[in-house]
Amino acid sequence: MKKFLLPLVLFAVLVVFLGVGLKRDPREIPSPLVGKPAPVFSLPTLNGDKPFSPVDMKGQVWIFNVWATWCVACREEHPLLVQFAKSQRIPIVGLSYKELQGSDASNAQSSEADKLQLARERSLKFLQKAGDPYKLSVMDLDGSVGINYGVYGVPETYLIDKEGIIRYKRVGPVTPEILIETILPLIQQLDKPA
Amino acid sequence: MKHALLVACLSVTSWLAQAGEAQPMAQDPQVEARLVVISEELRCLVCQNEALSSSHAELAEDLRREVRKLIRDNKTDAEIKTYLVERYGDFVLYKPPLKPLTWPLWFGPFFLLVLAIGGFWRYLRQRRQLTHNHLDAAQRAQAEQLLKD
Repeated sequence: MKKFLLPLVLFAVLVVFLGVGLKRDPREIPSPLVGKPAPVFSLPTLNGDKPFSPVDMKGQVWIFNVWATWCVACREEHPLLVQFAKSQRIPIVGLSYKELQGSDASNAQSSEADKLQLARERSLKFLQKAGDPYKLSVMDLDGSVGINYGVYGVPETYLIDKEGIIRYKRVGPVTPEILIETILPLIQQLDKPA
Repeated sequence: MKHALLVACLSVTSWLAQAGEAQPMAQDPQVEARLVVISEELRCLVCQNEALSSSHAELAEDLRREVRKLIRDNKTDAEIKTYLVERYGDFVLYKPPLKPLTWPLWFGPFFLLVLAIGGFWRYLRQRRQLTHNHLDAAQRAQAEQLLKD
């Protein structure tokens, strides 16, 4: 009896390890930024208001959502963001991440201002059609702010608290399940009056 | 998630499609040389089994640009790695740092090796005892008797 038990136990351990390995998404990398202050930046906005900085959001819980019109998965989550914005729970700020790709971005003939203009036109066109969930969007044409936030796969979503600390990060589209089971309870917890 | 992967792969193909002109390499050969050495040890976040030095993913391109900038600012290798780890976590390093969380990773194999050697040694000892003691004096005499007959 004991002779069979040992291989059986070893096998069970192996199955557990492999099973856990199968369930994990290798693309999901734990972010070192959770629990740290949101990196500071100042970027031009989509509608041309004065440049936006995360400091402007001090005192409120907000969502920072990285998106682009070329990003297919962003379109997937877009209706959910629009729906969430309608509830007016907390503001969503958009980060338009490298809107211009390929030759549009590397075109040496067009000036930086022209590129910004082109990116704005494209983004506005998309938001007019699909709905605009954002309080405002900022334009990160070269992706350098994205690097400071550890962006590696759009869409990405950050939940930032009243003190400007990142409390949660999601890589990939936000699904209704994630919104209801993770993000909403977290908002409730963070949004309590001090 | 699948879409994101698709986008990444498509953007790689589109990059290849327009790769007619050479990249503006070696503006400063010294910077490029250091870049290659450092980015060998860094992982591309999009194509996770590729080093940052050889990846064609767009993000890798951007990260190389950042690293170039840091090299020009005379940052040390350690500072550059810290810069990336602060943003992307230990995951960007091909060689994970030694800390309590990674102890099983670094020492686990040695622990298993010691365990296996111990087990093997015990097994050998048991076998030796088995071969040495399985006949006592009386049985031995009996066996000799049987052989004589």
